[in-house]
Amino acid sequence: MALTRQDVAKVGLLARLALSGDDVDRMTGELSKIVGFVSQLEELDTADVAPLAHPLDSQNVFRADEPTPSLSTAAALQSSPRHDDSCFLVPAVLGETGAA
Amino acid sequence: MSKQSDTAASAEPFTTVIGLEVHVQLLTQTKLFCGCSTKFGAPPNTQVCPTCLGLPGSLPVMNRRAFELAVRAALALNCQIAGFTKWDRKNYFYPDLPKGYQISQYDLPFSSDGWLEVVDPKGAFSRKVGIIRVHLEEDAGKSMHDEAAGTGDTRIDLNRAGTPLCEIVSQPDLRSPQEARAWLNELKLLLVYLGVSDCNMQEGSLRVDANVNLHIPLASEGRVAKTPIVEIKNMNSFRSVERALTYEAARQWEEWQATKVEMGKMPKQTRGWDDPAGITRPQRQKEESSDYRYFPEPDLVPVTVSEADVAAAKAAMGTPPTVLRTELESRWAISAYDADVLVNQGRDLVDYFEDLARRVGEGKVASNWMQQDVLRTLNERGGTIAEFPVRPEHVADIIGRVQKGDFDTSRGREIFAEVLSSSKAVADVVAAMGIAAVSDDDLVALCRELIEANPKIVADVKGGKEQAAAGLIGQAKKKNPNANPGKVRQMCLDLIKGM
Amino acid sequence: MQPLELSATDIVTAIRRGELSAVQVAEAFLDRIAKANGSINAFLHVDRDGALARAADIDARRKAGKPLGALAGLPVAVKDALCTIDQPTTCASKMLAGYRPPYDAHVVTRLREADAVLVGKTNMDEFAMGGSNENSAFGAVHNPWDLSRAPGGSSGGSAACVAADMAPVAIGSDTGGSIRQPAGLCGITGLKPTYGRISRRGLVAFASSLDQIGPMTRSAADCALLMETIAGHDPGDSTSIPGDVPAYTSLLDKPLTGLRIGRVAEHFGPGLDPEVAHGVEEAFAAFKAAGATIHDVELPHAKYGIATYYLVAPCEASSNLARYDGAHYGHRAEPGKGHRAESGKGSASDFGAFESPLVEMYCRSRAEGFGPEVKRRIMLGTYALSAGYYDAFYAKALRVRRLIRQDYLDAFQQVDLIGGPVSPTPAFKLGEKTSDPLAMYLVDMYTVGTNLAGIGGISFPCGFTKGGLPIGFQLQGPALSEPLLLRAADRYQQLTDWHRRRPTLAT
Repeated sequence: MALTRQDVAKVGLLARLALSGDDVDRMTGELSKIVGFVSQLEELDTADVAPLAHPLDSQNVFRADEPTPSLSTAAALQSSPRHDDSCFLVPAVLGETGAA
Repeated sequence: MSKQSDTAASAEPFTTVIGLEVHVQLLTQTKLFCGCSTKFGAPPNTQVCPTCLGLPGSLPVMNRRAFELAVRAALALNCQIAGFTKWDRKNYFYPDLPKGYQISQYDLPFSSDGWLEVVDPKGAFSRKVGIIRVHLEEDAGKSMHDEAAGTGDTRIDLNRAGTPLCEIVSQPDLRSPQEARAWLNELKLLLVYLGVSDCNMQEGSLRVDANVNLHIPLASEGRVAKTPIVEIKNMNSFRSVERALTYEAARQWEEWQATKVEMGKMPKQTRGWDDPAGITRPQRQKEESSDYRYFPEPDLVPVTVSEADVAAAKAAMGTPPTVLRTELESRWAISAYDADVLVNQGRDLVDYFEDLARRVGEGKVASNWMQQDVLRTLNERGGTIAEFPVRPEHVADIIGRVQKGDFDTSRGREIFAEVLSSSKAVADVVAAMGIAAVSDDDLVALCRELIEANPKIVADVKGGKEQAAAGLIGQAKKKNPNANPGKVRQMCLDLIKGM
Repeated sequence: MQPLELSATDIVTAIRRGELSAVQVAEAFLDRIAKANGSINAFLHVDRDGALARAADIDARRKAGKPLGALAGLPVAVKDALCTIDQPTTCASKMLAGYRPPYDAHVVTRLREADAVLVGKTNMDEFAMGGSNENSAFGAVHNPWDLSRAPGGSSGGSAACVAADMAPVAIGSDTGGSIRQPAGLCGITGLKPTYGRISRRGLVAFASSLDQIGPMTRSAADCALLMETIAGHDPGDSTSIPGDVPAYTSLLDKPLTGLRIGRVAEHFGPGLDPEVAHGVEEAFAAFKAAGATIHDVELPHAKYGIATYYLVAPCEASSNLARYDGAHYGHRAEPGKGHRAESGKGSASDFGAFESPLVEMYCRSRAEGFGPEVKRRIMLGTYALSAGYYDAFYAKALRVRRLIRQDYLDAFQQVDLIGGPVSPTPAFKLGEKTSDPLAMYLVDMYTVGTNLAGIGGISFPCGFTKGGLPIGFQLQGPALSEPLLLRAADRYQQLTDWHRRRPTLAT
């Protein structure tokens, strides 16, 4: 199972990792090898096996709707690479949207 | 579905097909996954903690109240509640989403397959709109950009991040912008009644996106053409929703006539509503933006809901507006229209009305006073019914005195206005205005005086023109403002007939 | 009394009795760190002043007759993946260099409440991704038994600092073997408890459905001591197991008569170093001599463990590490290099201009902040979750995960515990596997099953190679079998002295 350079470049954008041409070359090889390795799972017939996303069987864990102290604004912003008195600052997001 | 009518759009050569996606903020004290307050209007980044900031190592724990309110909303929308539900991560990068994923629900939402009907009280339309699903998810934070500042930084406030939202997705069952607006009003009314949300659009606790396209019958080809679906965003009021849909339907019709491009021939488009300009504009879509890489949220455990849980939630739900309308009609013998007006004003106003009706002992007169006096005044001065200075006992007192014949309705209105401005008791206002009941002897004396002074009117009445007596009533009012006009009229007629 | 030679249990007792002061103990270990860390690089941060102040406070409270916590005066080293409000928390990543969390991890809070003395934060593979500790952005850790060799990973710093007497106990985390494998390669005892036994709150997440914190110590008895403080329900972690925690230290003494230990034939297949195989067989013999019985059991899907793990863990990691984007904390790339990705000598057609300054900031911050292995796993996980591949990779792995867990459930119908090697080889040379990611992944072959199944496992030394390198033995047990795992290991350690051996360090 081989990945193409285009696959790797596309995944790099999805993962927001800037990749140089060398990076793409190297990763295309490495990821192809790893994907080839994990593809050994194909030999197992799992049609009747339900996925197991989590090892715990527990359910219905809730907390009460009761306020707990928030951080101070200063503490919230203390590790921010760029901020003003009250907000995180990021490069302009004009015209871009997140998700629905 | 029952008694659908497509008449609203019948004047046009196409049918407008609309589906809505509504996000409502649930009325909790705290966020969905942490104990930070959800109160609106706090200074930026004062209601944040490691969890809603998405700091390394932080974990979510589900707010029980949020889940309960979400279930209540779904039940009110006639949805099926899933016995087993889980949460998933929706992965995308955006600075108002500090974890890089939104905790939402993907393939196993807690509820699905419901409906909400909207009936136009004037009979213009009636529409039972299917609900595809209702799910519970967290909100993102707020990005603020000073457009005037051009290329400067965007400021991020994460107070809103993690606020509990119910996402309600309708079937594309709506057939006109007017229906869409009416349906949203009904939805909002329902959710506010049941205490699920305050649905305040200004504060962002209700947001609407719309999917719209046109179905165009092609008689010559014997088929119906469908225009590409457009999702409209950025509508900040129900009025905007109606306007945007109206604009978009017209735009799609023009585009269809020019291009004949049908659904499936181009990807779904997103357009933003520009309210001042009154138009929709295309929004940029990223190539990979729909690849959200959903997978089960491993930091939360699933929730199971039993039949008993659902029954208990139903029992605790409260009375939805549709039921209340019928109840008011039968309990107080008022018209469907009146019940609709009262119910649409909200639960507090209905309580006010029922208090008044109980005091007065009948619904019709109470309803008239509600609509003509209480509601009109309330609308003029603003504020809520809870803050309204004239209470049901005041109105009941005034109505009682009118019914006793102490004074007429228009005099009663003057007293209502005085109670409103002075907040005094009705009896005090009556005394202060010098309103005293006029004795029968005084009334007879007054009428005799008028008859003597107006021979022409007397002659007219004798000649069969009873309506001429109205002239006497006007004069009586001037001589004694407390004289009951009805009584004056009757007495004058009786006296003239006896002459 | 020389603190460095005492067990954690003895240190706590000596301080309680006044035979040693907490300051004496802290100084002894801090001095040892000062001498040895230069060659081992086990610590990323040492809080000498804070530790001494804390120790002095404990001594003062003891003298004043005030109550002391269960671990009063015990120096503890904490893996740098756990948040500490008073010390940097970096996960050995440039991304979080200098990062100071505004809160303590739940386990750290419990340690502080028990009056333990936090001496510093230990080195690790970046974001806990690795099996050699060579993926640290702040330099590899050197194995105290042979400085040219790797200590294992990802909790390599925690393992090495205990092995080298720089701390009597350490906290590690284990996602696919990250406590047990370095414990095995460094000759110490490490417990990976059942998933959910210890709160993950404040543990920087790698793979949330696999991560578990655990103690790394010189003996099973010391693990038991630490567990009594750090294990237990935390309402702040939805995946934390409710209910009381056993008094682990009081459950160690019972003999092993009748204990059924399973032996998996495949564990002794190709790839297992003969000296390791010999050491492990000797351990089985010792358990037999102690009254246990050995039974062949099968874990038919265990051979798919690595493939399953290297899908599940990267998928979760790709999402868990999305938050490191330079927007709210951590490394942010300097702007101003234009909107074009560095295209190097490859085809420039893969790279358009960044679509916005924001996307550029994200992509470059992450490219600069993460090391190669972290990037590889983010790429792998993103790929395996992306449209068109989810079912073939992620969902498939989850189905096999269920088969792997079922194997354990079936095996534990026949035996109480499963024994075997913890790692196919003893400590390998630094640099030996760094050029081949897949070869490095195989060092986890005996350990990932425990995490996939969410059960418990313990690793402890069972011999040494002729070259003087420790050999580790692993016991795996059913969910919440920690009392039995600790008892079996402790009984073994009552009969053997492998765990008492110490490396000789030229300092």
